[in-house]
Amino acid sequence: MITDKLTATHNFLEELAKLAGKAAFMPASEIGLALQYLEEKGIPNNKHEDYKYCNIEAILRKEFKTITGKEIALATGDLKKNYFIKDAYNVYVVNGKLIAEISEVPANAALLAIDKTPADILKKHLAQYAQTNSDALIAVNVAYADRGIFLHVSKLVDKPIAIHHVNSSDGNLFFNVRNLFVIEKNAEVELTEIYHSSNQKYFTNNLTEIFVGEGAHVNHAVIQNTGVANYLVNTTKTHQHKQSTYTNSCFTFSGALVRNNLNTAIAAEFAEAHLFGLFVTKGNQLVDNHTLVDHLKPNCQSNELYKGIVGGKSTAVFNGQIFVEKDAQKTNAYQSSKNILISDDATVNAKPELEIYANDVKCSHGTSTGKVDENALFYLKARGIGEESARKLLLQAFAHEVIDQLKNETIKEKVGELFEQALQD
Amino acid sequence: MLSIKNLKAEINGKEILKGINLEVKAGEVHAIMGPNGSGKSTLSAVLAGREDYDVTGGSITFNGKNLLELAAEDRAREGIFLAFQYPVEIPGVSNINFLRTAINEIRKYKGLPDMEAKDFLALIKEKQKVVELDAKLTGRSVNEGFSGGEKKRNEIFQMAVLEPKLAILDETDSGLDIDALRIVANGVNKLKNKDNATIVITHYQRLLDYIVPDFVHILYNGKIVKSGGKELALEMEEKGYDEIKKQYDTATV
Repeated sequence: MITDKLTATHNFLEELAKLAGKAAFMPASEIGLALQYLEEKGIPNNKHEDYKYCNIEAILRKEFKTITGKEIALATGDLKKNYFIKDAYNVYVVNGKLIAEISEVPANAALLAIDKTPADILKKHLAQYAQTNSDALIAVNVAYADRGIFLHVSKLVDKPIAIHHVNSSDGNLFFNVRNLFVIEKNAEVELTEIYHSSNQKYFTNNLTEIFVGEGAHVNHAVIQNTGVANYLVNTTKTHQHKQSTYTNSCFTFSGALVRNNLNTAIAAEFAEAHLFGLFVTKGNQLVDNHTLVDHLKPNCQSNELYKGIVGGKSTAVFNGQIFVEKDAQKTNAYQSSKNILISDDATVNAKPELEIYANDVKCSHGTSTGKVDENALFYLKARGIGEESARKLLLQAFAHEVIDQLKNETIKEKVGELFEQALQD
Repeated sequence: MLSIKNLKAEINGKEILKGINLEVKAGEVHAIMGPNGSGKSTLSAVLAGREDYDVTGGSITFNGKNLLELAAEDRAREGIFLAFQYPVEIPGVSNINFLRTAINEIRKYKGLPDMEAKDFLALIKEKQKVVELDAKLTGRSVNEGFSGGEKKRNEIFQMAVLEPKLAILDETDSGLDIDALRIVANGVNKLKNKDNATIVITHYQRLLDYIVPDFVHILYNGKIVKSGGKELALEMEEKGYDEIKKQYDTATV
């Protein structure tokens, strides 16, 4: 069995190696570590606890035997025409590569291709928050990432930065994308990443490390609307300093597979993390949200709310870990996951995991999965509202608790539209 | 307007309604009284179209239509309104959005276009006064965090907005203090006219001091065992249901 798995891994890594483009920004020592890890552990299948419902190895074996498709350049005019949103700095990233000539860079910020990142910053931050030998997809990313963006924010940015992720290829490609966001002391930024729809089949292994400096505030929204033949593993590793706030709002509306690994390490006192999630699944989709909030220091807070509307024959996974380390006294950590099943063939696997090693903390978690509330449904019908409208109204109400916490009206409207679309389909 | 003939209904195989007969004409107020467990709430649920109950016999005709063939929403669109004994809290759905959706779905059923926004707001404003409902409540989620009295007032407010032909008030007096009771009853009275009808379902006579019925029916063990004028309610209040129970328990043995 092990040998089978390693054979599959070897075949896949050989395919990846063919794409060449060795990552010049990644230290050789990290790459060595990554390859060694992959040699030992292989690509995870469903026997791996962390990938129990998300068999990456099987997907690669079945869907990505060859990964030698071609990338297709896009006219900059088309990018702007199709994706531009108002009241934001629009940044365009095609297949993980920054299209610098049309991307808008706010004052107080710098935006570069990852391999153009200044050496001192790379040295300080790269591979510091995502541990190379902690996960196979991280290791693959370290060994083969050849693209990605570097964002540096030094002060307040007055409008949201909207990063448009667009795919343009003839299909059958595997992208390893590496991003680094450094938000310096007392800076403040709203970041919205939108994964736009594409009909092509491709796999993106995206890894973003985020440094949130002392007193910095980052409001990070991720909107995943990729397309039914797209596979996305999105790993976000955040490192928070004193009195910082990191808010992540993750919306998943499409994709054959979306696996989110969202970790935030609260590494200094009086910092806050807020994690929100909303996913609407249908067909044979698999949406797997793994989150981890690591409380390392005292007097910090975290709050997490994930909601799912799960239909068709789809599977949704929520695995929410909260670690409160020994040193992290006076921690307040809350987590809630709520799901509504809208079909009999859909499945939800929700698992909260709290590990608390400090004794003076307030922590709670709750998870629920059910159907649309029949009493509420009857109440609406008894007022003349038809079955379909009544169900829709209740699902909208359920989702809006997550959507409405978005502060920016333009982004909120955009998410609202995509949500309505996802409900329609 | 409403004609119920030999209606039988059960839930989970247990027969609750055992042959109800009732005729309600436009302009009338009927009170249905009875002890707990007599089938009062089942009757209102069956009229409103709750699917948990199986109708096993009899018929219900409403303005010439076979009510039992209609889904709950279509009954509401035809003009039946149930004021719930326990109004449901619906977090995230604002009262305003809820009512606008209801009005427009009813209008669509009747082949009418959506109501103009300004007409709708004027209607809301006007009807809030009928039940002295705090304007703030209409902007909030349906019944969420409302007190018992506010929930009941919100029911009558919805009734005022939707202007049903037949209103069924299911234990609307339960959980109300005397002031709230007066406001709710006032609202109902203001909405009464010669073209609509009201069925008041209650355990106590108290509400009937404010909403004066033309007919009073005593429901016991799934059947209407006695009917009369408003004085019957006072008689029940005085004697209690024990006599009825004694009389009909022995009769069925």
